Amino acid sequence: MEASEIERLIKEALPDAEVRIEDLRGDGDHYSAYVRSAAFAGKNRVQQHQMVYAALQGRMGGELHALALQTAAPE
Amino acid sequence: MDNVVFDRIRDEITENDVVVFMKGTPVFPQCGFSSVVAQVMTTLGVKFKGINVLEDPGIREGIKSFSNWPTIPQLYVKGEFIGGCDIVREMYENGELQQLMSEKGVQTQAA
Repeated sequence: MEASEIERLIKEALPDAEVRIEDLRGDGDHYSAYVRSAAFAGKNRVQQHQMVYAALQGRMGGELHALALQTAAPE
Repeated sequence: MDNVVFDRIRDEITENDVVVFMKGTPVFPQCGFSSVVAQVMTTLGVKFKGINVLEDPGIREGIKSFSNWPTIPQLYVKGEFIGGCDIVREMYENGELQQLMSEKGVQTQAA
């Protein structure tokens, strides 16, 4: 799965999000993503990650094997 | 979803204070992410039950819908879903996990 596709899906669901994606091994299969969005305000970490997983529409754990996720709300 | 599987998951997380749904066992994890969570628990000196989802296809799929979480490992403390590998690591590194364990009355080596 392409990094640009991951970013596109996240931004589709969270339009204000700042998204930084890194291909950890250069193999198109192990990524890390940093996602910052105002939509995360007042949500706990589990809920924030669930929102990102929902944005990825079932690809996480399937087509997308590994996505190390870090989420944050703007200060 | 399969109620029998959900009931079994509910029983496990009720009967055991700390449960890690993982690939492999605490002694022999078969996935790097599962290994991280098991190691964090061991480092904290927390007693936990590891449930090997590779030996149980029902639980392997069931736990994902039960927690609304697409990946394994998954950590439960006193019946509450805490997170997967990234969250556990982040919470361990900033001390939140240790705090959570003590708030929930789970014995750690440090306590």
